[in-house]
Amino acid sequence: MNLDFSDEQKQLRDQIRRFLNEKCPSSAVRAILEGPESYDKALYRGLAEMGVLGAAIPEEYGGSGLTHLELCVVAEELGRALAPVPVSSSIYLAAEFLIQAGTSKQKELWLPKLAAGEAIGTFALSEGQGRTTPARISAKVEGGKLTGVKFPVADGDVADFAVVAARDEKGKVSLYLVELAAAGVRRETLESIDPTRGQARLVFDRAPAELLGAKGDGWHIASQVLDRAAVLMAFEQLGGADRALEMARDYALERMAFGRPIGSFQGIKHILADMYVSATLARSNCYYGAWALVSGAAELPVAAATARVSATTAFQHCAKNNIQVHGGMGFTWAFDCHLFYRRSNALALALGSQSTWETLLIERMSAGNAETAA
Amino acid sequence: MDFEDTVEEAAFRTQVRAWIDANAPRHLEEELKRASFGSNGVVSEDPIAAGKAWQKKKAEAGWACLHWPKEYGGAARTPIERVIWGQEEGPYAALTGVFTIGHGMCGPTVMSWASEEHKRKLLPPLASGEHVWCQLFSEPASGSDLAGLRTRAAKADDGSGDWIINGQKIWTSGAQYSDWGLLITRTNPDVPKHKGLTMFFLDMKSPGVEVRPIKQANGQSSFNEVYFTDVRIPDNQRLGDVGQGWEVSLTTLMNERLSIGSGMSTGFPELFRFCMEAEIDGRPAVEDSAVRSRLAQIAVKQSGLKYTGMRAISALSKGEIPGPENSIGKLVAGATMQDLSMFALDLQGEAGVVWDEDSPQQGRFQAMLMRSPATRIEGGSDEILRNIIGERVLGLPGDIRVDKDVPFKDIPTSGRKKK
Repeated sequence: MNLDFSDEQKQLRDQIRRFLNEKCPSSAVRAILEGPESYDKALYRGLAEMGVLGAAIPEEYGGSGLTHLELCVVAEELGRALAPVPVSSSIYLAAEFLIQAGTSKQKELWLPKLAAGEAIGTFALSEGQGRTTPARISAKVEGGKLTGVKFPVADGDVADFAVVAARDEKGKVSLYLVELAAAGVRRETLESIDPTRGQARLVFDRAPAELLGAKGDGWHIASQVLDRAAVLMAFEQLGGADRALEMARDYALERMAFGRPIGSFQGIKHILADMYVSATLARSNCYYGAWALVSGAAELPVAAATARVSATTAFQHCAKNNIQVHGGMGFTWAFDCHLFYRRSNALALALGSQSTWETLLIERMSAGNAETAA
Repeated sequence: MDFEDTVEEAAFRTQVRAWIDANAPRHLEEELKRASFGSNGVVSEDPIAAGKAWQKKKAEAGWACLHWPKEYGGAARTPIERVIWGQEEGPYAALTGVFTIGHGMCGPTVMSWASEEHKRKLLPPLASGEHVWCQLFSEPASGSDLAGLRTRAAKADDGSGDWIINGQKIWTSGAQYSDWGLLITRTNPDVPKHKGLTMFFLDMKSPGVEVRPIKQANGQSSFNEVYFTDVRIPDNQRLGDVGQGWEVSLTTLMNERLSIGSGMSTGFPELFRFCMEAEIDGRPAVEDSAVRSRLAQIAVKQSGLKYTGMRAISALSKGEIPGPENSIGKLVAGATMQDLSMFALDLQGEAGVVWDEDSPQQGRFQAMLMRSPATRIEGGSDEILRNIIGERVLGLPGDIRVDKDVPFKDIPTSGRKKK
């Protein structure tokens, strides 16, 4: 049994961590929070040059030809650093859609650009308030033209194309590749709880749309890709949870009250212990998800939902208690605690909210995989 | 990342499986599998005798205390082989629960601190299940604050060098059928509490030892009080120096938390099965969205513990020492089981109050409800475990100890004393 990353993967982790420590300090995250840009272009270029954007993209399409395990390592580090870059939209989702369902022409056109960071893709599913279900998709394609409204779309403000879930002529949910610079596409940047990651409303009015994957297969493909992305997103959340715990621990050692470090009070110590517990459970569940992702295991749907639910719980738990341990200082704009709080709550909703994934997990377990997770 | 055995591990597993298939007491398998948390394992025959028989059989074939040295009754196997054995032993492991404290805590302490002669005398019959050991640590007035214990050991005034013990221990599992006990006592009340302690091992049949079962809150009696009235212990049954008892006890407690925390069940598989069967408004409970959310949260705890264990096993398989992540085991499992049992009763509606053979799963969840408070206390309370994680894993400073430099006899004993 070897439920761990290899030494080479750990070296990659160290390398990326050093790179992000240098290129993505919290001042870089704040520049996006407070400035006009939607993401850190120099950082994104740097990640592309390191080859990490294309880690899991096949070499024939410009990728590094590594595995999703390396991408999990990358995701965890991006999460730790709160990197303000569109990796989840462009790599976990858009690239994965192309790899799973694209024609070789579509792959040839887009994958090398995604790997090189020269193009950004995203996935447009939600159409507003409430949980997304197939019945709630009303965007539709007729004669190769897409009409409808999608929001929120992560990184929709900067993406070059979107994979859009819409109804085909027969009313079935299918997927379409839509170039966002085309006529018939209007985009509006949306304000959000986490401005370090862009959100947009995409309004399509007879925009040219090209089928991706088989007609009527859209929901099925999306579920598969969302499962894969959920494992990667869980690693991002895990990285964020760990970093929030470290921040809180460091502050508890340094901050004095009543003549001693606050970390010596059980009221603080036990909060930190519980943060460690949630982050540890999440890490173990993430490794399970990573194993299922790379091994093509039949239990990937259960493993992905397990990792996702556990990591969402951990990141939210650690980020909110990081503020609590910091006390009033934790609620200032100047301290970084709110960056983690924002990101933890934004990521909890990306790819479907926590209650959605909880439902998926139990549905899937009751469909016959109960024993594997038990 | 994989869950595969190495070639050597696979060969060992095959060997173990074959032996267990041929030798395990199959007639008890169903009963052991059905046994729920908080209820007795084997009831169709004497559980102690059944446990001793299985342990003896294992010992004779060289499968007892796998990781112990051979000269002490073990098999000098690697930690990963011990894990594989445990996986293959499956439900039969519950049979030898009577030896958990002896093998997991007392044995390692004796191995670290006893003389070579005593090790060779005491350990082989412990390994083979001939002798049962208990741990005489907690007292009515010292649980989490173990070092505040009061059981006195004083030198006999007859010049024999023997020690005379007076006092009381509590929460002693298995004292009523134990042959030996590991006993921590106070030998010097004039120095600060940690410095005046001394450890002994004790023949439980010694005159002056009285074992009284405790009737627990759930109605069972798996723990005891043990009273000592002028019990005589030879000085050569002392472990460590006089005054070194605290250091010796840490060997035991470290092993206690390791063995109790590993592979604990939260009761999730049983709850999940129940939610598949139970109905809400004519539909399976598992289809209800509130039930799903609650189940999912419990599922990821169960799975998180399972894979945390596998990460530790992965480290062992590589010949490395597992990280501190296993320290979360009992903390998570205990609280989860308690919450889970309340949730299962809630799903039973008003009938959840009934606890009899007709209750779902023969009253398993009612039994869990009534037993789980103890899980959050025994072997280190939730609060002590959080202190351990905070201090040893996260490196936080200890709390202020107002009694640290005070002679034991001057430490206040009542919070309500009038000035």
